[in-house]
Amino acid sequence: MSYPWANEYKPSHPAMVWLDERLPLPRLIYGAVGGGYEVPRNLNYFWNFGFLAGLCLMIQIVTGVVLAMHYAPNTLVAFDSTEHIMRDVNWGWLMRYAHANGASAFFVVVYIHIFRGFYFGSYKAPREMIWLLGVVIFLLMMATAFMGYVLPWGQMSFWGAQVITGLFGAIPLVGEPIQHWLLGGFAPDNAALNRFFSLHFLLPFVILGVVILHIWALHIPGSSNPTGVEVKSESDTVPFHPYYTAKDGWTVGLFMVIYSTVVFFAPNMLGHPDNYIPANPMSTPALIVPEWYFWPFYAILRAFTFDFFFIPAKLMGVLAMFAAILIWFLLPWLDRSPVRSANYRPLYRKFFYALVVAMVVLFWCGGAHAEEPYIMLSQLATLYYFAHFLIIVPIVSSIERPDPLPYSITESVLGPPTALESAAKA
Amino acid sequence: MAENADTATLEGTPVEGVRRRDFINIAAVSAAGVGGLAVVYPLISQMSASADVLAQSSTEVDISAIAPGQAIKAVFRKQPVFIRNLTPAEIEEANKVDVGSLRDPQTLAERTKEGHENWLITMGVCTHLGCVPQGAAEGEVKGEYGGYFCPCHGSHYDTAARIRKGPAPTNLVVPDYAFTSDTVVKIG
Amino acid sequence: MIRILSLLVGAFFTVVLGYSFVRGAYTAATEPAALTAEKVFYKKPEPLHLPSDGMFGKFDRQQLQRGFQVYQEVCAACHSLKHVAFRDLAALGYNEAEIKAIAGKATVSAKDPLTGEVKDRPGTAADKFPPVVYAGLGVPPDLSLITKARPNGAAYVHSLLIGYQAQPAELLKQFPDAKTGDGLHYNPYFKNLNLAMAPPLTGEGQVTYSDGTKATVDQMSTDVTAFLVWTAEPTLEHRRQTGFWWIGFLIFATVLGYMSYRNIWAEKKGH
Repeated sequence: MSYPWANEYKPSHPAMVWLDERLPLPRLIYGAVGGGYEVPRNLNYFWNFGFLAGLCLMIQIVTGVVLAMHYAPNTLVAFDSTEHIMRDVNWGWLMRYAHANGASAFFVVVYIHIFRGFYFGSYKAPREMIWLLGVVIFLLMMATAFMGYVLPWGQMSFWGAQVITGLFGAIPLVGEPIQHWLLGGFAPDNAALNRFFSLHFLLPFVILGVVILHIWALHIPGSSNPTGVEVKSESDTVPFHPYYTAKDGWTVGLFMVIYSTVVFFAPNMLGHPDNYIPANPMSTPALIVPEWYFWPFYAILRAFTFDFFFIPAKLMGVLAMFAAILIWFLLPWLDRSPVRSANYRPLYRKFFYALVVAMVVLFWCGGAHAEEPYIMLSQLATLYYFAHFLIIVPIVSSIERPDPLPYSITESVLGPPTALESAAKA
Repeated sequence: MAENADTATLEGTPVEGVRRRDFINIAAVSAAGVGGLAVVYPLISQMSASADVLAQSSTEVDISAIAPGQAIKAVFRKQPVFIRNLTPAEIEEANKVDVGSLRDPQTLAERTKEGHENWLITMGVCTHLGCVPQGAAEGEVKGEYGGYFCPCHGSHYDTAARIRKGPAPTNLVVPDYAFTSDTVVKIG
Repeated sequence: MIRILSLLVGAFFTVVLGYSFVRGAYTAATEPAALTAEKVFYKKPEPLHLPSDGMFGKFDRQQLQRGFQVYQEVCAACHSLKHVAFRDLAALGYNEAEIKAIAGKATVSAKDPLTGEVKDRPGTAADKFPPVVYAGLGVPPDLSLITKARPNGAAYVHSLLIGYQAQPAELLKQFPDAKTGDGLHYNPYFKNLNLAMAPPLTGEGQVTYSDGTKATVDQMSTDVTAFLVWTAEPTLEHRRQTGFWWIGFLIFATVLGYMSYRNIWAEKKGH
């Protein structure tokens, strides 16, 4: 948001003045992530994850374009071309490991970013549009990641494609035609691999477009902050540059250290060994699991084990899995509390932590074999998950009595003004 | 920066404090720049020839079956290479030419290996725009000078594969090669 | 309106899941899952230490050459190594002439680029290990990636190679139907306990090492495992080396970045 006290872009060099009059791109950048964007001074480290998510998207696009120069989307050679990248292409192993683990890093960052939103009420008015676009980005990410995992054409790739497109087969009447349409055949084969490659290349740029809208929408009301109290005066904010460029900058270093440690020293830690076996349509691996970032939703899918009257369990599972994310779209209207930050919402805070526990349980169960006690645990966690968003949040936000809010952001940082300061002001 | 200078005064001499701080900021930005360059290096390097391609950068050819007057095409770095066993007449014809009159002056001896003057080994890539000249395979047109003829734009090469007529600027390229025995040539 | 609908949908999901949970719990309580021979007798791979383990691990070239010899003399009859090229053997310490000799012994079927005819010819350094035609039943897996394609792959390969044994009497007593079938071999490190591959390493001195190492079954198994760790990822050492330099630099840059951040915020936060 452009507060009245925000710095204005004033080019001094004649060339920049010339450019500013014709294409004010530097002005745009200055106002978006430069000295012209005023940001609450009290952001904590959870606010760094948006920037990191943008970095992850860039890492994925750059390494992905490079990999596409060497990869061949044909079932006969896809697996071999992946190994060709690993063995013969200069730095190919680095590109592939950076890309595969980059997807994981992206999801870690984005999950934290989303839960930051849950805790600090970032989805509330006037920031609903930022939230809605964020959920769209998350859905696009999931689609992109899924199709990317199919490309190496290992066992998990193949059976992942089979199972995920099979979800659409659960839809009554039109399910099977839709599944065959998605695959371009009766089972995953060249047609599916080629279109997944094409879409896997396209979607990141769609994500980039939605990210730009996400940031645009963010700049209308300006960033939220840990108190949830809106900006009132100049002392509440600092310019994005240099304050938050410096803060984001050093956390990028920290992120890169952790990410690089995985890439260079444990690059297969998050992958599944079965994907180093070439796809075999005649033999299913003993345990089919998606990549770890899908586990919570996979657990939700498998939690529905019994038909409920006329609704088959398979359909219920699929509906619930999609609903699990789609209900996030409603969140701004389900949570009525005028207080944004859970720091001042004692009751909601407890339920938030319960949601975190449920998510952890779902992560754990989603990666495990479909057997007891994992199914029962995931049923309980799924039950809580839906109850949390659909029942608890609306009710708690109506009955809760929030803690007193600080008067302003400045006051929350510096404490209430002392008598002396008030006198000086007067 | 006024604020900066104020606080610096508290720590000691203002100028020194400011300098130290600026230095750290500049160092941090420089380190980020170095890191960026380090990332760019593999991104550029990945486009150069991969190990499996480089492994094919030399080819061994058995030439024992090529009779005088015959030529074969071999494959070297995914491109055709012409290996021609010259007849004494062809050698004589090539040596008769006044080298000074050529567009790309070279003698036949300069284009063959000592002791193997009858073996003319050249790339089968026209130096004009890269077409494959005719004349190596049985029954192909050899051009006006009895060597090779490029049909794309009409370059004629003589029996030493030197450019004699047409748009090509230089003679057909002689690749690096060596005789590993009397019957085997290692190209590249 | 949204909230009323959400309460209804939420209630629906809660009821369905509660119902599923209760039914699942009832089933679990009344019908305990049956035990199978695999559940009781399967063993996790024994820990194996190789020189290439850990962050600082390096391949032992001598060992890799021994392992390659075991592969050539024992495994290669049935198992291919198709992602590895003969030229890659240079990393094991073989020189150009030795690689040429090794490659020359293999028969490669390749298309003649001039005639388009597919012909057999002796291999060259640029060729990959040719496919292996296995005459028996089943498809022996390609070994190039085997240590990456199994959980805890290196330990698994080693344990499997030395793990053959007679089927325990205890097993037959408990599960009379689980007798190892004809043409199968009992091995507790294999997921379903019985595999088609006959014990490949049968006795001491099956191969003769040129470096004088005593070729015990355990030694041969360890060596070939080390070799297969290399085939699965020949770039392993390069990766770790690059990693140390890069992460070292990153830590340095991050510390600088942090100091710069503290600098810039000094006036804002120090109150």
